[in-house]
Amino acid sequence: MLPNKSLHPVKSNSLTFQELILRLQSFWAERGCVLQQPYDVEVGAGTMAPETFLRVLGPKPYKVAYVQPSRRPADGRYGENPNRLFKHMQLQVILKPPPENVQELYLESLGAIGIDLRQHDIKFEEDNWEAPTLSAWGVGWQVMLDGLEITQFTYFQQCGGVDLFPISAELTYGLERIGSFLQDVDSIYDIVWARDPKTGHEVKYGDVRLADEQQFSVYNFELADVDKAWKHFELCETECRKLLEQYSAISEDKSPTDGVGRERSRFPILGAYDLCLKCSHYFNILDARGAISVTERVGVIARVRALAVGIAKAWVDQQKNELAAGEKSAEEEPVREKRRVNPTLSPVAS
Amino acid sequence: MPDFLLEIGCEEIPARMIDAASSELRERVSALLGKERLAAKDIESFDSPRRLAVLASGIPAAQPDATEQITGPSVNVAYKDGQPTPAAHAFARKSGVDVALLAKISTPKGEYLSATVTKKGRSASEIIAEHLPKEISSIYWPKNMYWRKTNERFVRPIRWLVAMLDAETIPLEFDGVRAANISRGHRILSDGDVTIPQAGLAYIDALRNARVLGRPERERQIRKYLDVAARAISGARWREDKSLLDSVINLTEFPSVILGNFDPQFLSLPEEVLVTVMRDHQKYFALEDSSHKLLPCFLAVLNTDGDPDGLIRHGNERVLRARFNDARFFWETDQKKSLLERLDLLRHVTFQKDLGSYYDKTRRVQRLCSWLSEIIKQSGMAIRAGVIHKAACLAKTDLTTELVKEFTELQGIIGGLYARVQELDPSLPESTRLAIADTVYGHYKPESTDDEVPQSIEGAVLSIGDKADTIAGMFALGLAPSGSKDPFALRRQANGIVRTIAEKKLPLRLSELMRDARAGYQGSDAEKKFVNADKFRESLALFLRERIEFYLRDVLGYSYDVVKAVLAAGSDDVADVLSRAAAVKQVMYMPEFQAIGAAGKRMRNILRQAQEKNIVPATQFEYLADAADEEKALMAYLERSAGKIEEHRTKKEYLDALLLLSTIREPLDRFFEKVMVMVENERIRANRLALLRTLLREFSTIADFSEIVTEGKN
Repeated sequence: MLPNKSLHPVKSNSLTFQELILRLQSFWAERGCVLQQPYDVEVGAGTMAPETFLRVLGPKPYKVAYVQPSRRPADGRYGENPNRLFKHMQLQVILKPPPENVQELYLESLGAIGIDLRQHDIKFEEDNWEAPTLSAWGVGWQVMLDGLEITQFTYFQQCGGVDLFPISAELTYGLERIGSFLQDVDSIYDIVWARDPKTGHEVKYGDVRLADEQQFSVYNFELADVDKAWKHFELCETECRKLLEQYSAISEDKSPTDGVGRERSRFPILGAYDLCLKCSHYFNILDARGAISVTERVGVIARVRALAVGIAKAWVDQQKNELAAGEKSAEEEPVREKRRVNPTLSPVAS
Repeated sequence: MPDFLLEIGCEEIPARMIDAASSELRERVSALLGKERLAAKDIESFDSPRRLAVLASGIPAAQPDATEQITGPSVNVAYKDGQPTPAAHAFARKSGVDVALLAKISTPKGEYLSATVTKKGRSASEIIAEHLPKEISSIYWPKNMYWRKTNERFVRPIRWLVAMLDAETIPLEFDGVRAANISRGHRILSDGDVTIPQAGLAYIDALRNARVLGRPERERQIRKYLDVAARAISGARWREDKSLLDSVINLTEFPSVILGNFDPQFLSLPEEVLVTVMRDHQKYFALEDSSHKLLPCFLAVLNTDGDPDGLIRHGNERVLRARFNDARFFWETDQKKSLLERLDLLRHVTFQKDLGSYYDKTRRVQRLCSWLSEIIKQSGMAIRAGVIHKAACLAKTDLTTELVKEFTELQGIIGGLYARVQELDPSLPESTRLAIADTVYGHYKPESTDDEVPQSIEGAVLSIGDKADTIAGMFALGLAPSGSKDPFALRRQANGIVRTIAEKKLPLRLSELMRDARAGYQGSDAEKKFVNADKFRESLALFLRERIEFYLRDVLGYSYDVVKAVLAAGSDDVADVLSRAAAVKQVMYMPEFQAIGAAGKRMRNILRQAQEKNIVPATQFEYLADAADEEKALMAYLERSAGKIEEHRTKKEYLDALLLLSTIREPLDRFFEKVMVMVENERIRANRLALLRTLLREFSTIADFSEIVTEGKN
């Protein structure tokens, strides 16, 4: 276990930004989570990474934690606002299904980053989450620590238009907020990102990321080529739709040959999802550029949602076939083994 | 008689839902116990963010035994030669009574065997375990979830249950959780599990030891600590705020309060912005000095027992500083583009998907308000149409500002504040600019029944025009509110229109207002989706009538029958409805009007019957030579008074009109006493019917007195 270091008004020894990430990752790794790495396609939130969007679908239990840099072009402030970023970092934890003590586990994780709850005020305030572009929603709380929202805690109910079973708990830690809380700084850019253990030399968040914020604000608000962004959007959308059509053509093929099964299980739904994420990102850029008119806006959101819903449906179908294949091979096992229940099929197993 | 305790232990229940759910649970338990003949002496609820509990004291340990008379075979079949037959034996076995002791009863069908059977009452524990789950699962939640099985729904996952009769655990199970005698205390201030020794007060004591207080105690504690904290600054008072208080009561299990400060230089930001940040975003109470001026401090309610090292205060101050910095940043950024320059940006802000952008709305509301100003001006009221026109142009531009995007609840207010500090048009005198700013500032008012209507007549007109445009557009699309579905808050907006017209005594007719508002959409794309004008008019008339009814009854406190009587004589002119209602209320208890009401009913019946028989009244009553004396007297009365009544009425002197009308009672009573209307003579009958029709019309122009309930009033 990690030391339960208590907070003190003078926070010279508080965790650096990278230590904060490391501690949270170790905490969740010790509780059985797969530590994934950030997804390498632009996303607006950790929820959109396939490790959440696709993994929460279907019956397979899963536990994962990862940091996800999240791009929201319209939130950029040219690096001038101490509290707003174009790209912020979330530490995302998915627990599928959520264990009974999920809240307690979460509170324990705060201890792991040096927050002694006996000295603080913690509240779970209602906050329900909804993502229209993903046709996803859930209920939960914003977790308030001394008046600061540090985490979004959500029980997913639906994703990609699919009712979830089992459900997942999603914990989204706002790393910049927690970092500035722990270090007691008023500007995100003043957060100490790394401290050289030998020299004590500090590298600040601003040193690492300020240029990012400045340049991308200029790009997103002023220079992104609107026509080309529309073209990118349309190219990705067309290709994504085509892939989905191809998949549904294969999946309707009822001939029980192994070839079809293999083709189906290898079909790049993941590729289609990347294209959907690209669409979402181009939509965000166009939105930041003020290039989407009133009448278009609702329609464009609906187009992205249609892709997300199609992908979710196809993914569930693909997974079902793989599970069925798993069952089939289980049947081929010796008779004495047959009584063993395949643990991946039990939705309440954790 | 044992005490019963139920506690549903749950992950944090949304604060806004706790009160209703808690009393619903108590009602449900009470109804269940009553129905199962286990009624409690007393039943109370206990709740906190993590639990809903019910304490029922003194319930029977078991249902009382019930005796029941059951009927067996007929005596003819049951005995043969005085000896019981197999049928009699079978019945005796079934009812558990010795065959010799079976009784006989006579029925209309003959004599039958009968037995008195005692049904053993079941134990309370058994009944509760069996029936309570259904009650728990039936609690209404505005939004619920599933976590274990898709058909098990509750507001948040249930983590523990306590169900006890005195010290005994009831074998209750719900959503996979088995009841025990273990509750849980405060998340941070207790060790977690709390053993409940016994149902009843012991439960409350055990929780108090584990730092969980019931709602009344939490409220007392919060109020006390708010007072104590405010006293640290001389002359300071915390601003009472009911909904904020309700919310923090239900966000805490063991509350305390801290006093925090913020940099006084933030006081240069508008108070509206500061208070909104504190109240809506941080759930802090604002502090003011003795002259109600905002102080650079706040009070935060904590869910823990104190802050000895000031860490929590420090954290909250940091958050508030960031929020205020944001607000100041937004304020300054917003000034880079004036409201006037923002008008064009409204083209990109959707008002409603079919009704176009806020730019379209702005243009429509401007036109509608010009028209309304003209009507008001013609009635002789002073109104600055130019101010309204400019204000309508700017009213929605604040939707494009950063500050409103951040604090949507401040829409309108921010626009007004910006209009106050910006140079709108150098040619405008200062006073006009401020009037425009005020008009924009208050145009969303009244936002609730407690909120005030806009102060100025210009603000009132813009408020009405803006709301009428929304209501007309939505009704034209066929999107009237139904049941609990009213996403655009059309009811609230219509209530606002009614109240504003009433309080400002504006000469606006609702049907014309809506017709003109709909006309604003002429030529737009939306129009293609509109319902036809008749359907529009009818659905709106019904909707608006309900809103006036609400205003008269729920806001002004008029009785149901006065409201019905007055609205029966028209509901289009709100100011007029009010004058009539006030007059009717004054005279309704006079015996004359009760008589007139009865006579009105009678006339209506006679006329209806005549119509059913296809008997047509004369076009106009006249003095027939063979008319009865009482008939002539009534006609003479009408000729004498009708003109004067009419005169009062056109001058809206309704009380005078009604008092004059009341003198008709005598000739009217005598007429009905002596004269028969439906006589054989067609000519006389038609003439009398014509007289009745005229009278009825005369009576009903101010109110339909036949609606007045006379029973029990004198």
